[in-house]
Amino acid sequence: MSDMTYEPESFAFTPEYLEKAKAFVAKYPAGRQQSAVMPLLDLAQRQEGWVSRAAMEVIATMLDMAPIRVEEVATFYTMYNRKPVGKFHVQVCTNLPCMLRGSDDVVAAAKEALGVGFGDMTKDGLFTLSEVECLGACVNAPMMQINDDYYEDLTAETTKAVLEAFKRGETPKPGPQNGRQFSCPAGGPTSLTELKFEGGKA
Amino acid sequence: MLRDSDRIFTNLYGIHDWTLKGARSRGDWDNTKAILDKGRDWIIDEMKNSGLRGRGGAGFPTGVKWSFMPKTEGPRPHYLVINADEGEPGTCKDREMMRFDPHKLIEGALIASFAIGAHAAYIYIRGEFVREAEHLNHAIDEARAAGLIGPNACGSGWDCEVYVHRGAGAYICGEESALIESLEGKKGQPRLKPPFPAGVGLYGCPTTVNNVESIAVAPTILRRGASWFAGLGKPNNTGTKVFCISGHVNTPCNVEEEMGIPLKELIEKHAGGVRGGWDNLLAIIPGGSSVPMLNKQQCEEVTMDFDALRAMRSGLGTAAVIVMDKSTDLVRGIARLSKFYWHESCGQCTPCREGTGWMARMMQRMITGNAELSEIDLLEEISKQIEGHTICALGDAAAWPVQGLIRTFRPELERRILERQAKTRAA
Amino acid sequence: MPKLTIDGREIEVEAGATIIQAADLLGIEIPRFCYHERLAIAGNCRMCLVEVEKMPKPVASCAMPVGEGMVVKTNTPVVRKARQGVMEFLLLNHPLDCPICDQGGECDLQDQAMAYGSDKNRCQEGKRAVPDKDYGPLVQTMMTRCIQCTRCVRFISEIAGTPVLGGLGRGEHLEITRYVGAAVSSELSGNLIDLCPVGALTNKPASYTYRSWELKKTESIDVMDALGASIRVDTRGNEVIRVLPRVNEDVNEEWLSDRSRFAVDGLKRQRLDRPYVRKDGKLVAVTWPEALAAVAAKLKGLNGSQIAAIAGDQADAESLLATKDLLAALGSANLDCRSDGAKLDASVRASYLFNSTAAGIEQADALLIIGSNPRKENPVLNSRIRKRWQKGGFKIARIGHKGDLTYQYEHLGDQASILKDIAEGKHPFFEVLKSAAKPALIIGQGALTRADGAVILGLARKLADAAGLVKDGWNGFNVLHTAAARVGGLDLGFVPGAGGKDTAAIVDGAAKGEVKALVLLGADDIDMKGLGDAFVVYVGTHGDAGAHRADVILPAAAYTEKSATYVNLEGRAQQTRLAVFPPGEAKEDWRIVKALAEALGKSLPYDSLKAIRQRLAQAAPAFAAIGEVTPAAWGAAFGAEGALGDGALVSNIDNFYMTDPISRASKTMAECTAAFGGGCNHKHKKTGTHG
Repeated sequence: MSDMTYEPESFAFTPEYLEKAKAFVAKYPAGRQQSAVMPLLDLAQRQEGWVSRAAMEVIATMLDMAPIRVEEVATFYTMYNRKPVGKFHVQVCTNLPCMLRGSDDVVAAAKEALGVGFGDMTKDGLFTLSEVECLGACVNAPMMQINDDYYEDLTAETTKAVLEAFKRGETPKPGPQNGRQFSCPAGGPTSLTELKFEGGKA
Repeated sequence: MLRDSDRIFTNLYGIHDWTLKGARSRGDWDNTKAILDKGRDWIIDEMKNSGLRGRGGAGFPTGVKWSFMPKTEGPRPHYLVINADEGEPGTCKDREMMRFDPHKLIEGALIASFAIGAHAAYIYIRGEFVREAEHLNHAIDEARAAGLIGPNACGSGWDCEVYVHRGAGAYICGEESALIESLEGKKGQPRLKPPFPAGVGLYGCPTTVNNVESIAVAPTILRRGASWFAGLGKPNNTGTKVFCISGHVNTPCNVEEEMGIPLKELIEKHAGGVRGGWDNLLAIIPGGSSVPMLNKQQCEEVTMDFDALRAMRSGLGTAAVIVMDKSTDLVRGIARLSKFYWHESCGQCTPCREGTGWMARMMQRMITGNAELSEIDLLEEISKQIEGHTICALGDAAAWPVQGLIRTFRPELERRILERQAKTRAA
Repeated sequence: MPKLTIDGREIEVEAGATIIQAADLLGIEIPRFCYHERLAIAGNCRMCLVEVEKMPKPVASCAMPVGEGMVVKTNTPVVRKARQGVMEFLLLNHPLDCPICDQGGECDLQDQAMAYGSDKNRCQEGKRAVPDKDYGPLVQTMMTRCIQCTRCVRFISEIAGTPVLGGLGRGEHLEITRYVGAAVSSELSGNLIDLCPVGALTNKPASYTYRSWELKKTESIDVMDALGASIRVDTRGNEVIRVLPRVNEDVNEEWLSDRSRFAVDGLKRQRLDRPYVRKDGKLVAVTWPEALAAVAAKLKGLNGSQIAAIAGDQADAESLLATKDLLAALGSANLDCRSDGAKLDASVRASYLFNSTAAGIEQADALLIIGSNPRKENPVLNSRIRKRWQKGGFKIARIGHKGDLTYQYEHLGDQASILKDIAEGKHPFFEVLKSAAKPALIIGQGALTRADGAVILGLARKLADAAGLVKDGWNGFNVLHTAAARVGGLDLGFVPGAGGKDTAAIVDGAAKGEVKALVLLGADDIDMKGLGDAFVVYVGTHGDAGAHRADVILPAAAYTEKSATYVNLEGRAQQTRLAVFPPGEAKEDWRIVKALAEALGKSLPYDSLKAIRQRLAQAAPAFAAIGEVTPAAWGAAFGAEGALGDGALVSNIDNFYMTDPISRASKTMAECTAAFGGGCNHKHKKTGTHG
């Protein structure tokens, strides 16, 4: 874990993020501010795209933690990027349920569309492609996550279509890419067909 | 088949409005005060009588768990922690409950907090569920603004705050003590037990950790009565359950069904049947990646409940049904699970830290048969050296799929090795 | 008290104890790597698995509390199989480089592998290599050997209170490392080496210089500070290779400060190994008879008041007694063991002791620290204060510098006037002390060496009386000494006799020509330039300040080279043992003094170690009860009344790593000074490896 040249000298939360950080700290009992280390690391990553050593030290000071305790957390959880990633972090699930539904094709399509392998960033800094463990959308497999959104029920074609749309600067609609209603069976529900509610449609 | 009127998660597919207005139209938050007014003992007894067993995988009776909490609040506050760190491969039920029925969870959080004497509930949601966390936070804001939670929640006189805490990518945080560590701002490494969370949990205080589904069904159970819930399903395996059917079925889906539904019926009624017909079935993992798989014969007989699956040396787990047809490279499939456990080992205990990698590497070689015949026994032995020797159950979970593969499909492993050896000799 | 059965043997232990503790009491050996009785339980190595009846799986005996009627089996096929499995996993990624590993021969992993290891490797996969880490000049890392037991992480966080180590990553990639922006500069870091059950952390200065089995082990006492930690001196031939702590629950538990452990290379450097006499301004090597004759020639004809002696920080009790006897024989009352000028009062023993005792400080429930930095002045004792603080209900305040002591305290300021306010009940901390069950104070030499030191001592006494620091079974008045020699010197009355001069007066007298001959018993910290034309005889070990000023040098033995008595800050007399012989012609100190007396025609009434120790026991009761502490009578008032100065109270130790001739001669200590500064700088210290 030697220091890398990309580590910046300093870090500071923007005023907006600092407010959010304070709100997170307030969620936990007095003296338990260490609980906020995960949300604060997430905030730092949302601000900078990754978690730098400088950011960890700022967070350590804010929460009265030893910096090594912050670094332990930052390296234990896979969602914290300890080095810069592309503007769009494309994470393709290859775990068993996705594998059974064709994640091999999705992986191949994503690699082809982006021209990079797992763990790599495109030269324009737009995309980083990662292999990821189960993301909990198994009945909508295969799927990938791009930043905060899930793209589900993918095929090679729809994978490419989604990525090409991002390249064009568009944000394709997240969720199932085959037109189905979330985790409802394709072709229509086999349950919950008889109930009527006052509430409107989502 | 379960009637729609007995289904709890009436917006499972996100067809209706998930916000407070829509939730109320589906019966959520309907005179919650009346439930709270009946008191802690009544709530816990009713939960016990309903027979609800924890929906996170272990199947421990929820009402009994609540009763373990100290009866009165001492100097240490009580906490409710809701385990929404859904990450068991195959499992995607909590996600739907949180994004389309968040108010069921929040109402359940209030009731459970009241029942265990907690004034604060933390929902630990896996970090990748960003949108789901947004829905939850929105729903919490709505509920708080409406006086349903917060000070004097629902006019009950009980103060209760509900908070969302996002994880950041660690399967192990689904283990309750690792989750508590994580919530305290540390690495998610499971704690030694004893002490158990009911005595020493979050911040060293009495804590109950429940799965999302266990909490979200509580309001409906208490509203409709323990006997209604207990009347569904089978004895000791009561009520309804949301099943996740993935893999080689025609229409993968989530569906709420009665406990004890035959596995075959579940798949054929709701998931459009096995791809290529039932006879094309090879094996099914019935309860998420951590439980051993069943062969076709077993799948034909088994019902989906804790006891029946346990009798077949498998488990209901999270009720995540992963279906594999005859086109499946089963060895590769299990090797992928081995890689998953290797990746997710927290690194604390020696057997899991060192053993999961060893198993994963051997399994990788088994895919192509690049191994000795004797290594099949070695693989099984290694899995047994891990099993039962670690602080938490991840070691067991890593061992079981491998053991299940060897137990059920040993000839396939042997065939690959012998074929490869023959090929090598020929070359 | 639950009763349980282990391997068929019944035992009753305290509730809350764990199975491994019960087994240890029975002498039933259970292997362990992560478990250590002084650290939090981790339960991660899984080597200590045992079978417990009615439990479905083997349990970790280190973490499982005992229960009434529990039936434990530690030696069954299931247990053996489980441990063999764990051992196989531990060795999976271990390099097995025992032949080149410094831990070889004293390695827990090696030992247990003999019992539970297999002779063949069943794993075809490659081994993991882990990059080594830079832990500074003291601790060598070989991280591929690490078994992730986390003892080091727990020690540095819990005991040392300098949390700079951690485990990064997870699973197979879990790596123990230090925080890149922080140095491993705890004054207790050497203990990491002892705690590491494998060869991942080893003694860096001694790297590759020894095999553990070729070392001769001598049990002794440390004199690098005033605690008198129990140590083991490991030697080969006539060379000290390393120093390790021994367990002594009353004194140092099982810890040792880095200076006490690592300054030993200073024993081999700049040593005075033969007598010297200054001729024509230059020191010339001479024989013992020539040197003694030179002193005799100078001293003959002087009257007693023209002769003086000052004892330094590592003078042993035998030589102090002999010197005192010699001066008496010469008719001189000019002697002082307080070479730093501390205004200590030798007439009331309780006034100069750490009365609560080292272990007793753990019972205190309120503490005032006056002009002291316990972390620099006595890291091991400081760890006791931290241990007490961690238990909670311990209010600590400090008058002096503001800095990290590894525990929280209220900083009251740095002026001595605050002490006056407290003593007079005008400061809120007075009430804290007064309402405490076992209140204590610690007064440092930094406070007592000031011009107003006697007034400060008097105020501390006043406070102790007013706030109830001394009561039945409790004396919370604690003087924190930094010199191993001091309490012994005070016990022996090595202070000016009637009409005699103290250190300041001796130096002043030398400058004015009133003192014509001065014997320095290893005293290096006085103002050598201010000694005028006085004839200086230096009895000591190193070519330090005293030797440079000396007219005659009489080479003496260091603490590892003699059997000598020291009284620690608690008033506990303890004895060092000869581990190696003094270099060259150097001799035991008291024998030098005796020879000097004979050269001057005076006879001292002892000619053996036994005889001088009998005389010691007569001179002061402490010497009659080696190893024991007898509570000192609180007695009459001590200290003085008067005006206070207004300078800030500061510790007398600036650089923890260099405090005496041995550590000043140590290359290792010089490296530490360069790497860490004077100590206490672990936070965000940018090291050479940063950036």
